Amino acid sequence: MEPAKASPLLQITGLKKHFPVKTGLFGRPSSSVYAVDDIAFDVHAGETLGIVGESGCGKSTTARLLMGLIPPTAGTVRFDGKIVGSPALPLKEFHRQVQMVFQDSYASLNPRLTVEESIAFGPTVHGVSRREAIARARSLLDRVGLDPIRFAGRFPHELSGGQRQRVNIARALALEPRILLLDEAVSALDKSVEAQVLNLLLDLKDAFGLTYLFISHDLEVVRFMATRVLVMYLGKVAELGPTEALYTKSRHPYTSALLGSLLSMDPDQRTERAPLAGDPPNPIDPPPGCRFHTRCAFAEAVCSLHEPVLHAAGASHAAACHMVPPNGEHSKSGMAMKAVS
Amino acid sequence: MDEPILEIEDLRVTFTGGAKPVRAVDGVDLSLRRGEVVALLGESGSGKSVTLRSVLRLHQENKTKIEGRITAAGIDVMALQGAALADFRGKHVSMIFQEPMLVLDPVYSVGQQIIEAICKHENIAADEARKRVLHLFERVRIPSPERRLAAYPHEMSGGMRQRAMIALALSCHPKILLADEPTTALDATVQVQILLLLRELQRELGLSMIFVTHDISVGVEVADRIAVMYAGRIVEIGSVRDVIRAPRHPYTIGLLSTRAHGGRLTGNRLPAIAGSPPDLANLPPGCAFAPRCGLASSQCAASTPPALSVKEGQIVRCFRVDATAKVSA
Repeated sequence: MEPAKASPLLQITGLKKHFPVKTGLFGRPSSSVYAVDDIAFDVHAGETLGIVGESGCGKSTTARLLMGLIPPTAGTVRFDGKIVGSPALPLKEFHRQVQMVFQDSYASLNPRLTVEESIAFGPTVHGVSRREAIARARSLLDRVGLDPIRFAGRFPHELSGGQRQRVNIARALALEPRILLLDEAVSALDKSVEAQVLNLLLDLKDAFGLTYLFISHDLEVVRFMATRVLVMYLGKVAELGPTEALYTKSRHPYTSALLGSLLSMDPDQRTERAPLAGDPPNPIDPPPGCRFHTRCAFAEAVCSLHEPVLHAAGASHAAACHMVPPNGEHSKSGMAMKAVS
Repeated sequence: MDEPILEIEDLRVTFTGGAKPVRAVDGVDLSLRRGEVVALLGESGSGKSVTLRSVLRLHQENKTKIEGRITAAGIDVMALQGAALADFRGKHVSMIFQEPMLVLDPVYSVGQQIIEAICKHENIAADEARKRVLHLFERVRIPSPERRLAAYPHEMSGGMRQRAMIALALSCHPKILLADEPTTALDATVQVQILLLLRELQRELGLSMIFVTHDISVGVEVADRIAVMYAGRIVEIGSVRDVIRAPRHPYTIGLLSTRAHGGRLTGNRLPAIAGSPPDLANLPPGCAFAPRCGLASSQCAASTPPALSVKEGQIVRCFRVDATAKVSA
């Protein structure tokens, strides 16, 4: 699939979110958490864009900004060319097109509503008659693998985690959206149930022609689900590329370290050396230059001075590293990661 | 091999606090050899943490019924009372948890807490204890250890707190270390560091360890043997190599094939285990996995499968081991 020609379904430019930290006298903001700091990317119709990164890298903040759940410090989100939140595309209208599924399946359902009422709630708000909304809820329950006769009248606490997540997916689909934003949607599930829900998501994508934004810390699951992957580090995009290219020929040292942290599942090939030392730095006071230089094995003087921009590193593949451009200041610039390591 | 250092025999744990009694652990037998690491693998509700906590008797006494025998370092754990139990915890058997913030007291510095623990167990001067903590901090590779002794838990990063908790657990030289998902809350790059550290400490100090995890790949990384739990029972146990390469219980086989791992093609359906884990308050008769099992026969629903040795050191609770031999081959 080469979607580069078609105009993107979702276009994110210059997106920033800084959370003020009140530590000064009289609770004045004295510094900020740079949760998301100037990121830009496109989402094309029909693809599954995976977003990976460690805790604090800004992947969930990005999701919340996309949904308009929190206002951005700067930047715009365009859907089908229209700016989200502008008169051309008010938030309520946008939310018919983009829906979200969260990690905590219990907290995201109203405990006092039955499953079918929860699913029917959105459509009735958007003007669908109650009778029709309930009928739609039942057919959706059936679609996500829950028999409506048994499950429609149940309350969230009467369901298992996997069943609740199926309900959340059905509710997200009730408005017939074009994009589903899945924020760690399978992370809380047991492995045996996780596989069922991943299979369901694949089926639904085909059946309804959906586009997925799939946020996860689990690199194996993202490799399985995504057609393209975006790697974030401390509020910045580190690397973006087609899944297999990124997993087999990563160009950013951080991506390589993340992949190197995957455990082998082979008792004769246990990990002998950790690819990175220490924890990710604090996003309140991110390192200057390249944010990864404090943990990077290849860091040189240029890395702490200048911030690298996303540079093309192959077909629809880009990485923000001084080693990527061929004539940079870094002594290893232009070399592929394989040659470097 | 000499006497096992930890022996759990027919452990049954029932929580009686709710409306219906919940049988969380239903007849677990496990023996841990000296210097051995056993991974206790299972999904939520399988009874793996409950088993582990029983060894330190951490369950609320008035709401829990514990039956069976536990012998740790020659001590009958079930018979321990009061001061003897407090002395046993941390000195002979110690434990590390998933969330260090719940273990460490937020209003005391990390150093103070560990010094207090040492002084409680051993009759030594605070100054001496402090030296030991400093040495421990170096051992678990906390950077600038001298300064970190005075740090409060919230001033440390997640990985560093985990290291401090490991130092606390090892402070009184226990022989047995129990680990309850110690790397689950950590990021991938930090998880590897902590696993390597635990493996190194275990080897150098000759610790015997039970490592509870829901992640097979973590078990493979640290353990000599893997015990797979389902609905309160160990359904399969064997060496890591045997369990990973030739699993014989249908649940283990399912777990291993259901992982989105490595070369699996993007977008192809995963082989999933149908259904969901059983409700422990309403367990089906017979094998608890039978309702989800593709190989189940009428016998499976009627009676509980006994422990069957399928190979030297590999024990499986399943009636259909003949069928699984073909599946797993």
